[in-house]
Amino acid sequence: MIFARFIANDRLLIGFIAVLFGITTLLIVGNLAFAPGSALHVPTYVIALYGKYLCYALLALSVDLVWGQVGILSLGHGAFFALGGYAMGMYLMRQIGPRGVYAHPVLPDFMVFLNYKELPWFWHGMDMFWFAMIMVMLVPGLLAFVFGWLTFRSRVTGVYLSIITQALTFAMLLAFFRNDMGFGGNNGMTDFKDILGFNVQADGTRAGLLAASAIFLALGFFAARVLQRSRFGKVLVAIRDAESRTRFLGYRVEHYKLAVFTFSAVMAGIAGALYVPQVGIINPGEFAPANSIEAVIWVAVGGRGTLVGAVIGAILVNFGKTLFTGVLPELWLFALGGLFVFVTLFMPKGVVGSLPVWSSWLKRRLLPSKVDVPPPVTVQAGE
Amino acid sequence: MNAISDSPRKIDPLLYLDGVQVSFDGFKALNNLSLVVEPGEMRAVIGPNGAGKTTMMDVITGKTRPDAGKVFFRGDIDLTKKDEADIAQLGIGRKFQKPTVFESHTVYDNLLLALAGLRGPTAVLFARERADERRRLEELLGIVKLCDSRHRLAAELSHGQKQWLEIGMLLAQEPKLLLVDEPVAGMTDAETEETAYLLREINKTRTVVVVEHDMTFVRALGVKVTCLHEGSVLAEGSLDAVSANQRVVEVYLGR
Repeated sequence: MIFARFIANDRLLIGFIAVLFGITTLLIVGNLAFAPGSALHVPTYVIALYGKYLCYALLALSVDLVWGQVGILSLGHGAFFALGGYAMGMYLMRQIGPRGVYAHPVLPDFMVFLNYKELPWFWHGMDMFWFAMIMVMLVPGLLAFVFGWLTFRSRVTGVYLSIITQALTFAMLLAFFRNDMGFGGNNGMTDFKDILGFNVQADGTRAGLLAASAIFLALGFFAARVLQRSRFGKVLVAIRDAESRTRFLGYRVEHYKLAVFTFSAVMAGIAGALYVPQVGIINPGEFAPANSIEAVIWVAVGGRGTLVGAVIGAILVNFGKTLFTGVLPELWLFALGGLFVFVTLFMPKGVVGSLPVWSSWLKRRLLPSKVDVPPPVTVQAGE
Repeated sequence: MNAISDSPRKIDPLLYLDGVQVSFDGFKALNNLSLVVEPGEMRAVIGPNGAGKTTMMDVITGKTRPDAGKVFFRGDIDLTKKDEADIAQLGIGRKFQKPTVFESHTVYDNLLLALAGLRGPTAVLFARERADERRRLEELLGIVKLCDSRHRLAAELSHGQKQWLEIGMLLAQEPKLLLVDEPVAGMTDAETEETAYLLREINKTRTVVVVEHDMTFVRALGVKVTCLHEGSVLAEGSLDAVSANQRVVEVYLGR
């Protein structure tokens, strides 16, 4: 089995999947098996919240794949996330059918409202789940491919590339705000009813969506790890460290960048598709440049280039956001900015990257009497 | 033994530059540069700052496209039509002036990535280390004297060790022609001597072009010298002949 071969000697991967599935299972069991009022009951909003965090984590992972491994600082990954979300949103809109406010058999409410006479061509097929799911991956992937082909081939790098990615998501934001784009204008899409025939509001569906998010995060992590540990991953780091050296060794750098950028965009698209049914809405605000920058901050906080750090950073920062916006919503952006400055100045390797430093500091504090004793030589368990 | 520059073209020089012109914003970095390097030769290229040495390497390795002129490799391969990756795969290795290695990779992985063979993304994705690759890497580690440092990160190496690692990476590419840009800049005398020895060893099986400022080093190499000035060849011949050339003296001492 190819899976077994990759998992067998990767403790980080095993640990990650175990913790992820462990927590997810506990939450789902707590939500479904224990009645409200029971001490062990997990409220449904926690399920939705955690599911949302996992989607953000998958987005962060996709950012880390390009930024951490190859050094492409994308400030526009939110665009791929939002496109995946829109594809899912279109499917969910088509599922509403005649149950909309205007009760039109085919047209979603906003189209009736905007005097559409028939379904725009790009809405056809989106009522089929499999087709919509292909679009979830294809649309962000295709955009990333075309964008990457043009920019990497022209050898646009560094801050110029970052600015172009930012412009990309901003352009998308403006485009999707327009009513005649056919995606619901500034209201976007909401009032979803069913997904695959299940009520999106039901506890069971929410638990299922959470489980799906965990599974796709695990798959994304698995893929990223396999990539990172392969010779391909080594070439990516080589490009990050010394692009011209890599090129003069005979590697066609732009092909590598294009491949990983496209893959990363597909990953972000899947994250967006999982996100939309759990939050119940998709609107052009998801294309806001600030969203993409926030994703970069998650990765920086967690530890760039560590993969696991991206996931931890996304969950930590968003948990902080949930707490903070509950108390002082208007100060959140300042707190986030402050956090970014703090991390950049004092923890440039992020939470995960700083762990070795912290653990040695802790050891020194906790074992002051054993200062003279050389650190014990730990014998590694067999491979 | 070596070809004289004005003699008619031999059958297949390894590298053949004729009338190469490169200008940046009106400044002529290379001005009608012609150079012939025979297979198996080692050539030292000297010249004051701004003489066009690095630009010449850029043209040969595909980084810069010449405005005019011919650049041929192994007789009939037109290098002006190829990009860096193609040219590297054809067998031209380039060492930068500043040691450029992959700092967050181990010494071993640096050499592994340089190893001739797989270059396409798909092939590389599924690549697994083969026994013959491992053997070749051990050999290379020995040649550049980094056996004991194989598991260290390249970032931790000394300046001289990084230079050697980069030379090792060039060798791993199995190039037919090595372009080496100022290999001993910043090296200690002992390291300089060892580098001269290393390059002579390499020259036993490969053609080498060395750009260098350090005259003692060039003397230690004891090879044919080409002196560039303002983008074209000023003098060519043995080091003694070139340094006796009146114009070379003028250029180096200032007019």
